[in-house]
Amino acid sequence: MTLAVHLAKRLPTGFALDVSFLAESGVTILFGASGSGKTTILRCVAGLAQPDAGRIAIGDRTLFNGQSGVSVPVPERRIGYVFQQLALFPHLTVADNIGYGLAGLTRAERRARVAEAADSFRIANLLDRRPRQISGGEQQRTALARALVTNPDALLLDEPLSALDYAIQLHIMDDLRRWNRERRIPILYVTHSHREAFALGERLIALEQGRILASGSPHEVLDHPSQAPLAELAGFENVFDATVSARRERAGTMHCVLTGSSTELEVPLGVTTEGGGIRVAIRAGDILVADREPVGLSARNVLPGEVVDYAMHGSTVVATIDAGSRFVVHLTPGGADTLGLRIGARMWLVIKTYSCRVARDS
Amino acid sequence: MDWQALWLTARLAAIVSAILLVVSLPLAHWIVFSRKRWTFLVEAVVSLPLVLPPTVLGFYLLMAMGTRSPLGRLWSDWTGHPLAFTFEGLVVASLFYSLPFAVQPVATAFSQIDPSLREASATLGASPLRTFLRVVLPMSFEGVVAGGVLSFAHTVGEFGVVLMVGGNIPGVTRTVSISVYDHVQALQYREATLTALFMLGFSFLVLLGVYGLRRRPLAAAPLA
Repeated sequence: MTLAVHLAKRLPTGFALDVSFLAESGVTILFGASGSGKTTILRCVAGLAQPDAGRIAIGDRTLFNGQSGVSVPVPERRIGYVFQQLALFPHLTVADNIGYGLAGLTRAERRARVAEAADSFRIANLLDRRPRQISGGEQQRTALARALVTNPDALLLDEPLSALDYAIQLHIMDDLRRWNRERRIPILYVTHSHREAFALGERLIALEQGRILASGSPHEVLDHPSQAPLAELAGFENVFDATVSARRERAGTMHCVLTGSSTELEVPLGVTTEGGGIRVAIRAGDILVADREPVGLSARNVLPGEVVDYAMHGSTVVATIDAGSRFVVHLTPGGADTLGLRIGARMWLVIKTYSCRVARDS
Repeated sequence: MDWQALWLTARLAAIVSAILLVVSLPLAHWIVFSRKRWTFLVEAVVSLPLVLPPTVLGFYLLMAMGTRSPLGRLWSDWTGHPLAFTFEGLVVASLFYSLPFAVQPVATAFSQIDPSLREASATLGASPLRTFLRVVLPMSFEGVVAGGVLSFAHTVGEFGVVLMVGGNIPGVTRTVSISVYDHVQALQYREATLTALFMLGFSFLVLLGVYGLRRRPLAAAPLA
């Protein structure tokens, strides 16, 4: 089954959404910063929002057609939707939540279907509890089971796992994949986390301000970002404009000077000639930090610098180091301790050539 | 104590709050969930009895019930007697007078339901009616009870409207509040004291019940 989405919608805020894509069976990631239009797409597919124009179809069933004025009412669309806040019914038990969409079945049939779905998502022991009496991961499983027990033709997930531990996320997605192995429905998964995008998706559509920037496998799109917004989205905390100063064809590298400083980096060889402009993206976690000048390294880029800022974000220390240009680096708290990280401290940054992605290569 | 007035008042309040409960559910649903631009107009009309002096409301109702008004004539043609100064007339007047007290708590409860719950219900195939019966109504239980209790209590306590529309006919339109007034006019202070004390206790118990039911402070806030 294929979900075909072609839609245009203008919000009163002036935001304009204009996208066109096909989602085949399996998980398609809708990836983008908040405000890029991901949730609006899901709401249009589910029928909770009306596009201004376009066509939405699942298989050969038209859900919306702006030209002929067709818009199938929400209850008749057969599109499963898992909301960001899950939207479990607080006054119903887990079993009644899961069975909510099974009106019209006999009590015995409903109980059997609920039991089967609860089994698939490992919540069979919680059927008598209420949503507030179970954990976040269990609530997530309940919401998935509730949406899937009705055998929808497609499933929409709006950042449902972002509040959960990574291990639990992967576990739940494994269960979802197993469930989908026989059904083969398209699953649209909205997220702004590049970690989730890499881990969960078979196909990825990157969105920026209501438009599709790129699509392909998560690695194709996010590892070789062709545009700066995408590089930032894909978790490259450092994005620099630079000018190519020398090409080393034999070594497969080129040297470039970062704009606004004299800092030179050796990056993988691209097509840009000497004097041409490129954009270099480096993940904060790919930069090593040393408290004295390191020697005998294979890494080509060793830059002296000074710590200008650092702060804890969860269990990561995020430091800004000025090495001509400002680099954002991620350290573990233990690593930061060993280095004696403090503002004004002199540090060396070590960056492998292949940690530098050439994001725009003219 | 004026047992006849007490019994009449209890009957009146029970009938009025029962009708209002049925009326206020669709009305509150429409006010809260309709996307029409003029819902605020209906809200204002529903709430008018809150600010109008009861005598003014009673005056208009009396005019509407008179045989010179089309509505009043329709009623007297149909039943053979005018609506004013009858128990039925009192019921009709009380419906208007107590309407905001039934609608407001219900509307407040409805508006506090997370919109995504109604959307989730729709994506699971539920019709708007099923969504109302399975999600909106059960989650608004406290507000619905508060609406019923407050409209009952408010009907029991009305005075101005009753005097205008119903007059003071024992067994037909003489309610408790009229009876207290009457006793004082006749200098029967013992009688008045007894009835007044009874009403004080009753009102206090009703409010105890309403506020005791409210687990969340704003769940069913009565007006004003």
